[in-house]
Amino acid sequence: MSAIEAMDIGGAFLESTVRTATPLALAALGECVSERAGVINIGLEGSIIAGALGGTVAAGMVGVGGGFVAGALAGMAIAALFAWFTVGMRADQIITGTAITLFALGLTGTLYRSVFGNTGVALSTPTAGELPIPGLSQIPLIGQAFFSQPAMTYLAMCIAVILGWWMRHTHAGLALCATGEYPDAAVAAGIAPRRVQALAVLFAGAMAGLAGATLVLAQAGTFVEGMSAGRGFIAIAIVVLGRWQPLGVAAAALLFGAANSLQTLFQAMGWVGVPYQLFLALPYVLTLLVLAGASGRTAAPAALGKRD
Amino acid sequence: MTNGKTGGGTGTQAAAAAPDVLPRTAPYWSAMAAAGQVSVLLIVALLLLAALLAATGHAVGPALLALVRGAFGSWYAITSATIVRMVPLGFAGLAVALAFRAGVLNVGAEGQLLMGAAAATALALALQHTSPWLAIPVMIVGGALAGGVWASVAGVLRLRFGVLEVISTIMLNFVALNLIGWLVRGPLQEPQRINPQSFSLPVSLQLPVLLDGTRLHAGVPLLLVTAAVLAWWLFNTASGFRVRAVGANPGAAHSAGEIPVGRTLVLAFAWSGVLAGMGGAVEYLGITYALYENFSPGYGYTAIAVALLARLHPVGVLGTALLFGALEAGANAMQRDAGVPSVVVSVVEAVLILLVVALDRWRARATTGRRGT
Repeated sequence: MSAIEAMDIGGAFLESTVRTATPLALAALGECVSERAGVINIGLEGSIIAGALGGTVAAGMVGVGGGFVAGALAGMAIAALFAWFTVGMRADQIITGTAITLFALGLTGTLYRSVFGNTGVALSTPTAGELPIPGLSQIPLIGQAFFSQPAMTYLAMCIAVILGWWMRHTHAGLALCATGEYPDAAVAAGIAPRRVQALAVLFAGAMAGLAGATLVLAQAGTFVEGMSAGRGFIAIAIVVLGRWQPLGVAAAALLFGAANSLQTLFQAMGWVGVPYQLFLALPYVLTLLVLAGASGRTAAPAALGKRD
Repeated sequence: MTNGKTGGGTGTQAAAAAPDVLPRTAPYWSAMAAAGQVSVLLIVALLLLAALLAATGHAVGPALLALVRGAFGSWYAITSATIVRMVPLGFAGLAVALAFRAGVLNVGAEGQLLMGAAAATALALALQHTSPWLAIPVMIVGGALAGGVWASVAGVLRLRFGVLEVISTIMLNFVALNLIGWLVRGPLQEPQRINPQSFSLPVSLQLPVLLDGTRLHAGVPLLLVTAAVLAWWLFNTASGFRVRAVGANPGAAHSAGEIPVGRTLVLAFAWSGVLAGMGGAVEYLGITYALYENFSPGYGYTAIAVALLARLHPVGVLGTALLFGALEAGANAMQRDAGVPSVVVSVVEAVLILLVVALDRWRARATTGRRGT
């Protein structure tokens, strides 16, 4: 294989990695904020699928930009239901989250089939094209991958950087982390933990909704039932692997994106016999190892999953 | 709850942070009251379903009629659709109920069930020329063990390293799913090597059909016996008591009851996996006769609803698993006969869980309100 071919294959692999990682990063950054407030939202999957359907419907009516907004709102609506139960009623987060995921998958499937026909005929939506950044996109190998992507990829990058700074250096960011670490102390410091948690969950829902809209409007160009395909759960893994730090989360999302892009890489290289499913399992194993290795000096918010 | 902060230390320390799980505040409910409550919740959920159907432009009457007919309309529907679907949901539901009783949030029944099915498949390949009297029990026990081992990974991670079991079991579900994806394209693929699935199980190794002309297989009585044994063990033995005590209050169980909290937790986790793994093996031996990627349509997740609605009682699980089996059988008929997407049943299931949760919280609040706190 010539050097140019290798560069092409490598570039395509990186491009696919970043593309796959974008919705994962969006959802995981939201979940990172919500977990920092002490709420683990297993219903994230529900917000993603709601965002995908919301984005599909709205994009057909008002265009791609409106589709993204609608996707975020739909994701937020599902998250609001989750927040009502877990923050409002202090119900168990895991059980509620499981129910919310079931609810959203069922509701979106029903609405989609009822509105767009029972056969689920492929419905194509307008899509957001790539937005090459002049100069940066010309960098060999990584230019195309990182700087010639739809706008949502850049948004994910910006949010990762901003969140990382915001959590450490603003009053609101510190209040968020205090809520997840030690709610009693947060109360003593004049923070209303429930309000912080509710806002964090809503933010996570909006981000997951954006992730769902990205799946449709920047990638697939159509809605498919259940197209969230476990990404909500993957996002939770990414948050753990990223050690609850926004930049770490972005890096972990790239790793999961890479694992998911290996199949195409193997095909391009002609390695037909390589069991790519095992590579798909790798990031999860890695997450478990990181968790086990992190014992004693954990990065997890202390009050994560707690009710009161 | 602490994640790793107490982890790496002694077992009791890590275990002392058992998750807060419902419905431990619930007082004693008689079976009738519980059944009545489920019926009321079911009616509310079905009313919501009717509203959703009406809102999406479906004819409500024919759709609900198709739902009921598909679940209970004929002898064949009852035995070959409803009861058959009850089996995997029941085993996984028992698994979740046991774990939650011990205060272990096992969200991994899905992965444990898949590993059970995979182990049974591998054993079937090895034992296909032996007597079914040897092979079938070995396959079921093997599947159960595989599920138990898979769950124990999460149990050990929790005890030794303080890893939240909610997160680890979700990870393990995905590892199991991808593992199956590889197995059915690799070592366990059918001999022609065309389809991503295992060889079809020889008739002699299939679980016997109990009633001619139906799909009702020997897994059904096995589920009933398993539930009865689990109920007896949980409420009539010392180890069953220890599991419930740890789930109710790990700190008190440790200090007042001198219960080895850590060991109890890991054991509960392992047995929970055994039940789910058994469910996977039985589903393979009784219904699918092959392993493939979409082997489980989320039984392990639906099982959480099954266990919860049954108030974590093994006998109750039989009832709620039957109910969910009926819902899913009915939903398929509804799609076939009335053109209503069968996924709508997920909405009903979700609403049922949320209603139970809301009711619990409301009751808990009412209780603490009376205490004046």
